[in-house]
Formats: sequence, C-alpha cells, structure tokens
Amino acid sequence: MSSPAPKLPVSLVANPRLSSWVKFSGEGRVAISPGKVEIGQGIVTALAQIAADELDVDISRIEMIRASTATSPNEGVTSGSLSIQQSGRALRQVCAEVRQRFLFAASERLGVDAALLDVDDGTISGPGNVSTSYWELAGDVSLDHDATAGAAAKSAARRAVAGHSVQRVDIPDKVFAQPRFIHDQALPGLLHGRVLRPDISGAKLIALDEAAARAVPGLVAIARDGGFAGVVADSETAAEAALKALRKGATWSAGEPLPDEDDLAGFLKSQPVESTVIDTRTATTRVHARTLRRQYTRPYIAHASIAPSCAMAQWDGDRVHVWTHSQGVYLLRADLATVLKLPAENIVVEHMEGAGCYGHNAADDVALDAVLLAKAAGGRPVRVQWSRHDEMSHAPFGAAMAIEIEADLDADNEIVGWRHAIWSNGHAARPGRAVQPALLAATEIANPYPRMISTNPPAANGGGGDRNSVPLYDFPTWTITSHRLLTMPVRTSALRTLGGQGNVFAIESLLDEIAALRGEDPVGFRLRHLRDERARDVIRAAARRAQWKPQKQAGIGHGVGFARYKNTGAYCAAIAEIEGADDIRVKRLTLAVDVGEAINPDGVINQIEGGAIQATSWVLKERVRFDRTRITTTSWTDYPILTFSEVPAVDVAIIQRPEIEPVGAGEAAHGPVTAAIANAVFDCLGVRVRDLPITRDKIIAAMELAS
Amino acid sequence: MPTLQFRLNGAAIAVDADPDQMLLDVLRSRLGIAGAHFGCGAGECGACHVMVDGRAMASCDMPMWSVADKDVVTLEGLGTAAQPHPLQRAFISEQAMQCGYCVSGILISAAALLKRNPSPTEAEVRAALDRNLCRCGSHNRMVRAVLRAASEMAAS
Repeated sequence: MSSPAPKLPVSLVANPRLSSWVKFSGEGRVAISPGKVEIGQGIVTALAQIAADELDVDISRIEMIRASTATSPNEGVTSGSLSIQQSGRALRQVCAEVRQRFLFAASERLGVDAALLDVDDGTISGPGNVSTSYWELAGDVSLDHDATAGAAAKSAARRAVAGHSVQRVDIPDKVFAQPRFIHDQALPGLLHGRVLRPDISGAKLIALDEAAARAVPGLVAIARDGGFAGVVADSETAAEAALKALRKGATWSAGEPLPDEDDLAGFLKSQPVESTVIDTRTATTRVHARTLRRQYTRPYIAHASIAPSCAMAQWDGDRVHVWTHSQGVYLLRADLATVLKLPAENIVVEHMEGAGCYGHNAADDVALDAVLLAKAAGGRPVRVQWSRHDEMSHAPFGAAMAIEIEADLDADNEIVGWRHAIWSNGHAARPGRAVQPALLAATEIANPYPRMISTNPPAANGGGGDRNSVPLYDFPTWTITSHRLLTMPVRTSALRTLGGQGNVFAIESLLDEIAALRGEDPVGFRLRHLRDERARDVIRAAARRAQWKPQKQAGIGHGVGFARYKNTGAYCAAIAEIEGADDIRVKRLTLAVDVGEAINPDGVINQIEGGAIQATSWVLKERVRFDRTRITTTSWTDYPILTFSEVPAVDVAIIQRPEIEPVGAGEAAHGPVTAAIANAVFDCLGVRVRDLPITRDKIIAAMELAS
Repeated sequence: MPTLQFRLNGAAIAVDADPDQMLLDVLRSRLGIAGAHFGCGAGECGACHVMVDGRAMASCDMPMWSVADKDVVTLEGLGTAAQPHPLQRAFISEQAMQCGYCVSGILISAAALLKRNPSPTEAEVRAALDRNLCRCGSHNRMVRAVLRAASEMAAS
C-alpha cells in the first residue's frame, strides 16, 4: 500500500524554490522572505516564530524581509485571514526542508550520522563535541532547489516558539519613533505630489486653468493625462498650495447621481443584478405554521485608516520603482503594467508598512497616482499622500447590504425552512485580477478604463456578499441566494469580512428572535442546532466566561452571537453586555475563539480584541453618508468612530488546538460581535434594530414600528 | 522668511519658516521628526500630537507663530531604546498596538496626562486619550499600558 504523495502548501506550489524564502547571511543572521505583508496585524512576527521553530534558531537572528516583486515569493494578496494558513504553512515546510538539507551537509562534514545531530540556535552538534553551524555550511548547501514536501515539520509538542506569545518585532521601532511607515521615509531628492479629484461623484475634469498653480513657489511640474491632473512640488506645503490653486481653475462635468441614502434597501433591490443560488439543502418538507420574514441592512462602511494612503515612485528611463503599502505587490504591479503599457519586468513594487489596513483601501490607487506624477519629475522620486477628505470619499467602501430572511416555523416555532437572500454590490474589485485595472486614476487618464464593477470571490474562497450566508445550523432545508448589483454608483471593494458581518448579523438576529418566540435560552437554542463540537465549544466557553445569563437587570442587556468565519476559518462566539438608556453603551464583550494552533496567542487575542472593538464602532456609529451628488462624510467629525471612553471592556479566551492547522484571526470577531450587540439591545429594550448602525434614531424608529 | 525660535526636545531651535506654516510640516520636513504623524490635518485624530509647554496638542493645525519661544516635545523627546520613558516600556510590555500609526500621538497625550496627574484612574486615562483615534481597536491595551507606566513611575 502506498501512501499518497505529500502535498505542498499552496504558496509553495506557486513558489517552490527554497532560496526564495530563506537565506543565511554572515554574522549569524537568517533572512526570511514571505510574500505576505505587515498590515498592522503582527503577521511578520508570527511568521518569524514559525521559521525560528523549524530552523531551531533564536527569533532575534531572524530578519523579516519586506515583500518586493524584485525578490519575494508571489503570495498574491495579504487578505482573507489567510496569511498564517498560506505563508505560515509554506514557511514551516520550507524551513523543515532547509534544516534537513543542512543536517545532511553537517553529517558529511562531521562524519556523524544525521540522525544523531541536533540544532541549537543554528549550531549543529553531535556526539563527541563535534559541531558546525548553518552559517559555516551556508557556502556548501545550495537552497536553489524546489521544495519536495520530503521533510516533516516538527510535531506540535516539539515546537518551542510557535504556540507561545512573543513580543512583536515591529513594536520597538514604533514606540521609539524610528521611521518604519512609508509616510516617514525620506528618499534623497524626494518631491511631493498631490492629485486633483472632484467632490462631485463621477465628475470628469473637462477644463483646467493652470496659471495660478504655476505661480506657486516650489512648484516643479503640473502633470496632466486626460482627466487626471496633479502637481509636483519641492515640499508638501508647496504641493498643497499648488493643488489649492489648481482646484480653483478646474471645470468639472456634472457627475453621476448617487442613490437615496435613506432608502438603501430600496436602492439595492431596484438595481439590475446577477443572481446566484449559493446553496440549497432539501428535505421532505415539514408542514410549517407560519413564516417570519425579516429584512436586515447595513450601510456603506469606510476603511477610515488613521493614515491617509501614501506611495512613492521613481522613474529611470522606462523602468519605475514603486514603494507602497498595498496588500499585494504583484497584483498592483500587474495593474500598473496594464495602465502603463509596460512589461511587468520594468516595474518593481516594494512593500512598506502603512497604517492599519482593513481591506482594499486607497493604497493601490495612490501608487498609480505617484507613478503618473513621477513621470513629470525628471527621474526624481515623488511621494504622494492623499488628504483625509479624499481618503474618506474616493477610496473604496465596504458594500451596503440588504438581507432578507424567511424562516418557516412549525407549530412549536421550530425552524423547518430557511431562505436567505442578499442584495449588495460585489465585495471585491482588487487590482491584478481582471483584464482591466482597478486603480482609480486608470478611470481618469486619456483613453480611460471603465470603473470596475465589484464582483464576489467564488464560494470556494469564502464568497463575497454571500460570505457566511450558509447557516452552520442544522435547519432541515434552506435556499441561499445572492443578488450582485451590476451598477455601482458608490465605489465598493473588500472591507474586513466582506459580506460576513452583514450575514452573521442577519442570521444571528433572527435566530435570537426565534429563540425568544419559543421562550428558549438563545445559547441553548444555538447549541441544540449545532453538531460541530468546535462550534459548540466556543459558544460554551464564551457563555461560561461571561457567566451567561445573569439575572435580568433594568437597563442592562445581554446578547450572544456566533460564526465560523467563512464557514471554514476561525470559530468565534461573542457575548455582549450593554447599557441602554438614551444611547446604547456596550460595556463588555466576552469572546471565545478557536483558530486551531494559535501561533502567537497574544497576537490572536490582540486581533480578536481589535476586531471586536472595530465591529462595535461599525455597529454603533458608522455609516458613509452622501447626498445625491457627493459623499458628505469626509472628515472624522462627519464620520465618527468609537473613542477611548466608549470602548467596551473586551475579554478573549482562546481555545488552543496545537494539533489543528492554524487559521487567521483578523476577521473572526466582526460578525459575532455585531449580532451580540444587536441581540443585547433587544434584551435590554425589547426592540429589534435590523438596520445598522444601531443609533438612537434607529432605536426610536424600531420602537415606533413595533408599537 | 522670519526666524522662529523654540525648544524642541530640550534643544534650542531656530528655524526660518513662514509663521503661518503648520508646526507638523516643519517638524517632519525640516527637522527630521518622524514621531509626529499626519492623520487628518484638522486636529481631529491626534496622530500628530506633540507636547507644547507640557500640554498635548495637535501640531497639524498649529501655526509656527504660536509656538515661538515654547517648549515642544515629540515622541523622539520622550525617551530612547537605551533610556526609555516608562510609557514606552509599558507599551512594549503590553504589546499595546496593532499598526502603531496612532501610537506616537497617544504616547504624547499619555505623557502629558502623567505630568499633570501622576496617578490617574482608568476613566481619567480614557478621557485624556479621547482626542486620539485608534482604528485597529488597541484602546484597552493602551489604557493598561498607561496605568502600568503610572504605577511604575509612582514606585520609582
């Protein structure tokens, strides 16, 4: 009987060469070169832990190399909570094979059987006090070989670093003001650029009087390419002044109307759509006594990163070097190549850290802006930083959603049928994935490309608008349908969880309502409908930790929410405790999470905590607003987020499962927390708010509807 | 352009600058400061906070004329890896950030708080940081770190 051929992790299939991942350099250093990038989630530390463990070197010897199309493996995009799954597995395999190759070489040099050799912090030693090291052998051991899946990684029990909380490698720089962000980089001869963008949505530049801008001291060039216009100056102040002058000389077309923001569901349901049946489950139909029909909505949500997007670019003849905080250097390069009509080899795209990234924001857009402006800079590098206003109005948003669920109930109010339908724009219009570029300036240049209408990733990748729409509960029948809009007056793309937050909010809200109808405890109701033990464990753990369910107290409410992210990723249960008087205040969130093997448990807790707080902000406060011509939430005053005084206590328990392949944690909390808060609002006030965000106005509206 | 004088991180500084130019621009583009970040340009997010005569203030909308002869402290002036401020140590111990872009301003707000109130309550810490936005949701870790630094400073 032959065992099946060992399977390489997906990132290794695409990038099998060992030397593209690991290099030993003099002075006892190890360079690890992943294709995934740091976006504020601590991924480089977790990957360093995995490498340190498999190679048996101290983590302080490891230097994590920033991704670049010049040198790094191509791991696509850093998104979808997949970095640990993809890059982590690849690195674990690579390092195990590298270690094995060095052991064989050491065995030859030392004349000792490889099985008797041991590695301790890079020193390879054996019986009789013989020893060598990775660095001594580096000249003899070629890593220009493809991974074979021939070496087995360590078992969970033998890992000393992965599975333990270690301090993040990037944090000291950030507390000691060392320039680490792209925003802080000072290249020699750096110039500064700004791009002219309309306030009116979809307006095109039809005429431009440049005279006033030309008179601004410090101006280096005005760049024009069709409707794309911008300035290059010798300082940021001069660039801002020149842009201000240029704006006064601009004439814009009328633009394209925006929908009625007070009737998002009406808008979403009236557009041409592409409809897909995502999943069906059939069974002998049981008689139903009645049908509950509920509609849930969520608004457009802004990324609202604390730093505006920034990039630098420098031309050398027909070659260009780009510095970016994009989530995918190769994907950005592909789009740049299309727009510039250059072979990809002429473009190097190098990653640098930006502020926290929660999906497809303006990082890629500003990179093309910098490339186009740098054309006018005579070979000098140009740095472009968006304004807060542009960041809040021109970057893609998370898509608004309308979700309708019909639940058929029998005479005992047990669920016998379930129909879930979603109306939403697509949740992804990322660069590098389609024949046309996804970058903003590509729609503005002469011979412009049309604005890419967002699509949804396939169900196998977790879906988009339909993400988390298929219930994990054992309802006897269901039909899940996704209606993707074919128009896109408001630009949307990937924001944390894609459709997951909306769908989990809808499912978990209705479950809560049905449990209440039955007079059944909502935790017990969920447990009764779940077969997956890991799912049941996180719900029980969260309930236990929150001491579910305390005596009812006036003005206090408790609610529960659960999901397994993408139905294939991390399990997460959340319990919210809220205080409801005039406004809703979330006092405490208790979460339990199962990511399989938690490589850096404190890193996982940090991600879950952060996700829970961000979700609370979305639920209580956030809504991109617009009138019929323009986005109107263009500052922090217009688009408030949760403040320190409003942030709830967050308590996170990890169910550590070292033997199970790790999955990411960055998006697991949003759906469960959203639902837990909504359900706590009902527990507290007796009304169901089905239209996010849950503000005072929405509560009053829901009360009026209920009475 | 007139010469403006002020103290930056303890050293006397004279810089030729337009009095209406913003302090943040001058710090970043002329004085090599990376520890004050641009976030909004309107004094709404706190990423650019610096201490001016001991008070945490937004530098992105603070004209140069208003800092003449004042004492300005940026994150660079709090401490170094060799001689860290207790807040810097505490932020590392508590791993009190995700992306860390807002942290420079938050450390400054916290340092200003501990100057005027060496043993703040948790609610006082939160109130003092309310003008600083954090989008990653690291608030509670940062509050713990500030309280930790305060108790460490009280003990020493």
